[in-house]
Amino acid sequence: MAKIVFTRPKSMKDVVTHYCPGCHHGIIHRLVGEALDELELAPKTIGVAPVGCSVFIYDYIDTDFIQASHGRAPAVATGVKRALPDKFVFTYQGDGDLAAIGTAEIIHAAARGENITVIFVNNAIYGMTGGQSAPTTLVGQSSTTTPKGRTSQNDGFPIQVCEMLNTLQGPSMISRVAVQTPAQVIRAKKAIRRAFQCQVEGRGFSFVEVLSACPTNWGMTPLDAGKWLEDEMIPYYPLKDFRVPEGVQ
Amino acid sequence: MTQKVLMKGNEAIAEAAIRAGCRFFFGYPITPQNELLEYMARNLPKVDGVFLQSESEIGAINMVMGAACTGARVMTSSSGPGISLKQEGISYIAGSELPAVIVNIMRTGPGLGGIAPTQSDYYQAAKGGGHGDYRLMVLAPSSVQEMADLMFLAFDKADEYRNPVMVLGDGVLGQMMEPVILPEPKEGNAVEKAWATTGKGNNPESKLITSLYIKPEEAEKFCEHLAAKYRTMAEKDTRWESYRAEDAEIITVAYGTAARLCMAAVDMARDKGIRAGLIRPITLFPFPSAPIYAAAEKGARFLTVELSTGQMVDDVRLAVNGKSTVGFYGRSGGMVPDPRDILSQIEQIESEKTGTTAATEGGAA
Amino acid sequence: MARAIFQEDRCKGCGLCTAACPTGIVVLDASRLNSKGFQPAIVTDKEKCNGCALCARMCPDLVIQVER
Repeated sequence: MAKIVFTRPKSMKDVVTHYCPGCHHGIIHRLVGEALDELELAPKTIGVAPVGCSVFIYDYIDTDFIQASHGRAPAVATGVKRALPDKFVFTYQGDGDLAAIGTAEIIHAAARGENITVIFVNNAIYGMTGGQSAPTTLVGQSSTTTPKGRTSQNDGFPIQVCEMLNTLQGPSMISRVAVQTPAQVIRAKKAIRRAFQCQVEGRGFSFVEVLSACPTNWGMTPLDAGKWLEDEMIPYYPLKDFRVPEGVQ
Repeated sequence: MTQKVLMKGNEAIAEAAIRAGCRFFFGYPITPQNELLEYMARNLPKVDGVFLQSESEIGAINMVMGAACTGARVMTSSSGPGISLKQEGISYIAGSELPAVIVNIMRTGPGLGGIAPTQSDYYQAAKGGGHGDYRLMVLAPSSVQEMADLMFLAFDKADEYRNPVMVLGDGVLGQMMEPVILPEPKEGNAVEKAWATTGKGNNPESKLITSLYIKPEEAEKFCEHLAAKYRTMAEKDTRWESYRAEDAEIITVAYGTAARLCMAAVDMARDKGIRAGLIRPITLFPFPSAPIYAAAEKGARFLTVELSTGQMVDDVRLAVNGKSTVGFYGRSGGMVPDPRDILSQIEQIESEKTGTTAATEGGAA
Repeated sequence: MARAIFQEDRCKGCGLCTAACPTGIVVLDASRLNSKGFQPAIVTDKEKCNGCALCARMCPDLVIQVER
């Protein structure tokens, strides 16, 4: 009798996502689902989905969800967690959401060491609105609002969020991972699971940045996008465990 | 046992909120409502509640939204510029059908304005305030006692309608001390909140709180649902108080601090033999159009008095609907009229009765 | 025997699985389109599948179930 060694996580709904072909959101959603399953968190989970491509995460992950306004997920999650400290609360935010319009909310949630988990998906562009420049867009990278490429003179420099949050005392865990190869997917999964575990153990704010491809708005095939992520993004956004608490599984 | 104490309006609101079961407060400092925030910081922890000073007004209102999603009784407070910042969150709270209480102790504007009392946020409060087709229930107390009493109503109605309720005071009410009988504390929520996101547990279906309706058909249905809710509010929960208005020929319409001044002016006018009265809206939304229209039909003429250059007067004119004249008198920028100034306005209208039928300045005849 | 089962109608033809397969047996079928209009990923030589599930780990659309 054959044993199923890989299938849809229980905490994910059996539906097809709206994401474009090759978008990494689908992989990252699945990793969240796997971690929720393994730690048996789904029944006590409240997710917060702010504005962006991933606002529809509530259609795919089968837990309670709140749809928040652009950038405000960490504040909404704070309200939930303060009211229900024993429940599991996570946000799932893109780079436009978290690193531009929501900068104040993420920094202060991190500084407070708010006992929530943030999954930060960085694809260096605004996806849902059609490929505009993000705070994470690389210098030289073109977008619909930097058609000749981002210049530091006009547009400034991309924000390295993990490095920035790592200056704060509040966070218990900060990691940057990617999902462009199977090996990276396995690493990313571990980081997400560890971040969830941090919250379960009451260690305070845990943060995982996942570098992610947006083939549609980058104007590349999915496989080329993975290569571009490796060649261009990772050198500027190094994959690293910035902060790992001792003794967490 | 009832307790009569001398309290500032801001503190009476805070104490009454705690007694009404509010256990979560998220806010940001701004004058003239700081005593409210500080009272909560001192006293919420004593009842195992949570006080958190947020990084911004935007942060505060979104924390309110998060706690509201769990079914908790939660509030925030601010003043003019801070309330403007909160509008995004208030729109989301209304769009997500969440109960929450927001207090605005009005200061002058536009812009940074000043910290003196005003009523210049009427439009913002009574017409929604943020983006989209929604309304807040707006309660307008005119005394410290009423501030305390209306907090209970605010939380109850927020729960009942799953809609944000704004308590609209001004710097005078927030800062002034008056004797107040504090309402008896209330335990627990009156309304069951099966919609709250508290984790799906063993339920087969997970819950979603959202204001996103991507299909126009569904979005319209939702907007119609909200509109029906506001009509129910108007039918069941329009509140006002009449003062010597029964036989009045000249009726002042004013709320909050302006209503207190009008009351004094009405008494002075009555002493002079002028049949003056007052209709004081307690709910600014839903607006008490019916009693105003009824009085207009009986031939009363109106004087709207506000601490602004004229905002509520629009709603009075809509209520009167051309049946009579509607004058306006207001002071702005933190200046508070003397009741004698209002009396002069009443006398002016009275003198026009015997002369021509010309409307008072700004009238809608 | 290991096998990777593809729910073909969910496939968006992104090809991430094709690069992940260590034995090179996952390809996009250029000869046809699935119900979504994409060239679906298929296994060319089922005998060679070792059930490593790397294809499934890279699939953003939960197309692939792996049995061993």
